[in-house]
Order: sequence, then C-alpha cells, then structure tokens
Amino acid sequence: MQRSASYTILFAAVVCLVCAVIVSISAVSLKTRQDDNAFLDKQRNVLIAAGLASEDEVLTREEIQERFGPIESVVVDLQSGEERSDVDPETFDQRKATSDPQMSRAMPKNPAGIQRVPHQALVYRLVDNDELELLILPIEGKGLWSTLYGFIALDADLNTIRGITFYEHKETPGLGGEVDNPRWKALWPGRRVFGEEGEGTPRIEVIRGQAGPPAEDPYRVDGLSGATMTSRGVGRLVRFWLGHEGFAPYLDSLRKGSRS
Amino acid sequence: MANPAREALLDPLFNNNPITLQVLGICSALAVTTKMDTAVVMSIAVISVLTFSNFFVSLIRNQIPTNIRIIIQLTIIASLVIVTDQILKAYVYEISKQLSVFVGLIITNCILMGRAEAFAMQNPPALSIVDGLGNGLGYALILMMTAAIREVFGSGSFFGIPVLPLVSEGGWYTPNGLMVLSPGAFFIIGFFIWALRVWKPDQVEAD
Repeated sequence: MQRSASYTILFAAVVCLVCAVIVSISAVSLKTRQDDNAFLDKQRNVLIAAGLASEDEVLTREEIQERFGPIESVVVDLQSGEERSDVDPETFDQRKATSDPQMSRAMPKNPAGIQRVPHQALVYRLVDNDELELLILPIEGKGLWSTLYGFIALDADLNTIRGITFYEHKETPGLGGEVDNPRWKALWPGRRVFGEEGEGTPRIEVIRGQAGPPAEDPYRVDGLSGATMTSRGVGRLVRFWLGHEGFAPYLDSLRKGSRS
Repeated sequence: MANPAREALLDPLFNNNPITLQVLGICSALAVTTKMDTAVVMSIAVISVLTFSNFFVSLIRNQIPTNIRIIIQLTIIASLVIVTDQILKAYVYEISKQLSVFVGLIITNCILMGRAEAFAMQNPPALSIVDGLGNGLGYALILMMTAAIREVFGSGSFFGIPVLPLVSEGGWYTPNGLMVLSPGAFFIIGFFIWALRVWKPDQVEAD
C-alpha cells in the first residue's frame, strides 16, 4: 500500500534500529566465546605441529591448555633475530601486524608470493631445563587459490623438522586441501631444512612424485598428486620463512646462544 | 491436501522443492555438500533463518511500505544471517571454519527472499513459519542427499566415518575426484531433477 514519505522513512529507521540492536547484542555477547575458540584452535594447531596432539584427536579446552602449559610464547624481531621481552605475546597479533604499514615492511617479488612481512613474529618454544627442545614457527604463503596459514616445528638442532600443519587455507578439497591429510603431514618429521652445517639457505623442497625415507632423502617431500601448485607453494613458503627474510636471523641468534 | 498448513509444510519437499523445481539456492548447494557435517549445519542455518525471516516479514507485512518492501525483507534476512553466523562461530567453531563465507551468503540465497516476497507478504505469521520450515526442509533434503552421495563416493566416508576403504589407506576404493569438486554436485542435482520429473511429470516445463 502507498504511504506518505515520512511514514516510509520512519518505518525504515525503526526496522534498521531494531535489527542493529539485535545484531550488536549477538555480536557483543558472543565475542568472548568466539575469541576463545579462535585462540584454542591456534593452540591446538601449535600442538599438532609439535607432535603433541594428533589431527583427529578431539581435545577439550582443559586438555589443550594442559598440553600447552609448558610451551612459551615469545615475540621475535625478524630482522635482528632478537627476542623482544617488551612485547606481550598474549596481545600481539601477527596477522594484524602484517597488514599494518607501521609494523611491517613490503617484500620484493618472491616465489612464495608474500607481500608483507611483519617486523615482529610470534613464535612458540618448548624449553626443558633451560635447553631448547622444540621451536614452533608460524608460516604462511600462497597456494593455488588462497593463503595458507600454519606452523612448522623444528627440533633442538634447528634443522630437523618435527612437524607441519596448516590451520587455515581455501585450497581445493581433495586435491590441494590434502595438505590437511595426516598421512601427508606424517612425511615431514625427520626431514632436514638446511645442509650439513645446519645453516645457510633452506634446501627442503616439495617435489613432484615420491621422495625416499627421511634418512636417505632428507631434503625432499612427496608432492600432493593433482595439486602441483599447492605443493610448490608449500615448499616455497617453508623455504621463505626459514630463509633470510624470515626466521634465519632468529635461528642464527639461537645457535650462537647455545654455543656460548 | 486441503489443509493449508500441511500443504505449506509438505509441498516444498517434493512437489515444489526450492532447489529441484525452482532451481534456487544452487550456489550453496554446490559449495557445502562435499561433507555431511557441513551440509547438516548449513541446512539447520538455512531452516532457522528462513523460518524466522518468514515470521518477521509476515508479522509486519501490513505495515511495510510497498516501495521499500524488498529492502526491508533483506534487512531482516541479513540481520538473522549475521546472528546465525555469530552463533555458529561461538558454538561449532570447526564447522563454521569450513562453511566460511557460505553462511554469510545465505543473505543472497534466493530461496529466502523468494519466500518472504511470495509467501510471507501475503500470509499470516503462523502459516508463514510453516512455509519457511517446509521450504527449509526441502532445501535440506536435497543438500543431505547430495552430500551423502558426494561424501561416500568422493571421500569414502559418511559423517567422517570411513565406509569405503580407500586405496590410499590400504583398501580397494579409489575415490572419485569429480565428487569433491563443484561440478560433481551439478551432475547429482541434475540427476535428482531428472528423477523427480520422471516421477512427477507435471513438473516438466512446457516448451
């Protein structure tokens, strides 16, 4: 039915107001729960990369927190390789830092397709009696369709891979999406990133076809069949983040620290 | 079927199914049917949004000024979708991650606006709720059937539980790659439409 213009405007305003209130209430009241979920999900993935939890294990909140207990979060300055005790890891958001021009720098064109690298990054480590046992580093980079976000865990020698996992990506299910397949991820542990001296440019690559067992063929991982682009992307992003633009300075400073 | 409520509830299942007869909501039907659990959650989300949007639109149908009715319907639908998305993120985080943008895209799902405009604007609230429920169930039915076929033949599992032992796990079944890709859903839904029109020839459009 036709109404006056003022009625129409008033009606629209009232509907908008009511809807806005409902949406705001739901967003605000569920916010803490959602943040909590996202936080737990990230912790769970750190545990998976570290080999402290398996993929299909259903963990309760308490179990995740208990297993995460001994793991320390540290904010690291990527260029200097120093740990920054003045930045609170609880509130540091690496994703936000990456998109903030003040807190990141643009990257020249690189194979991993990474456009910006944050000045600081959030890493996790497992320390036992002052000895570093395990280092878990965040990694990200382009696959075929999407940016993959994940973690890679290195043993105390800072060379042998303990595990890898991706917690967010939008690759094709069944093809590139198989980066989530526990059987593929199981191919990573025991492989090495760097050459014999344990430093320099990362050598690890994801090849087409099959690689040998880690002891004989330490620098190569099987590609995912039907997902050449995703496989290539994973290899490149791992090399990028363990290389000079990524965590290499930090790894160097850790190596120096353990020698002295 | 003289009872209008019964008709509103059951008609959309086979006689007037939103996906197979009206061919609406195909986008999400292709996207979320690779696995049963995502299809179930998506179905529940659509059923609840559709039921509530029909109810609210019907409630104010006599007050809505005609010239802005579509945008009012959309505002209501969009608000409900955001609330649903927030609830999913808070309570079933894993699945909401897999559904990603598709919950948000319920806003543009033609079934919702179609029902608001075609039914809720002309009918009382109680009947509109039943209509929303019926159309939601009709959508859910096709989603579940498609997801069941796609998950069993594409991944060899049902609700994540292995039913066909895969070659890669040491079994005998080689998964059908077409099933996990969107075109697989296109074929399956196409076959459903065909089967339904063989069963109920009155659904065939005149040339």
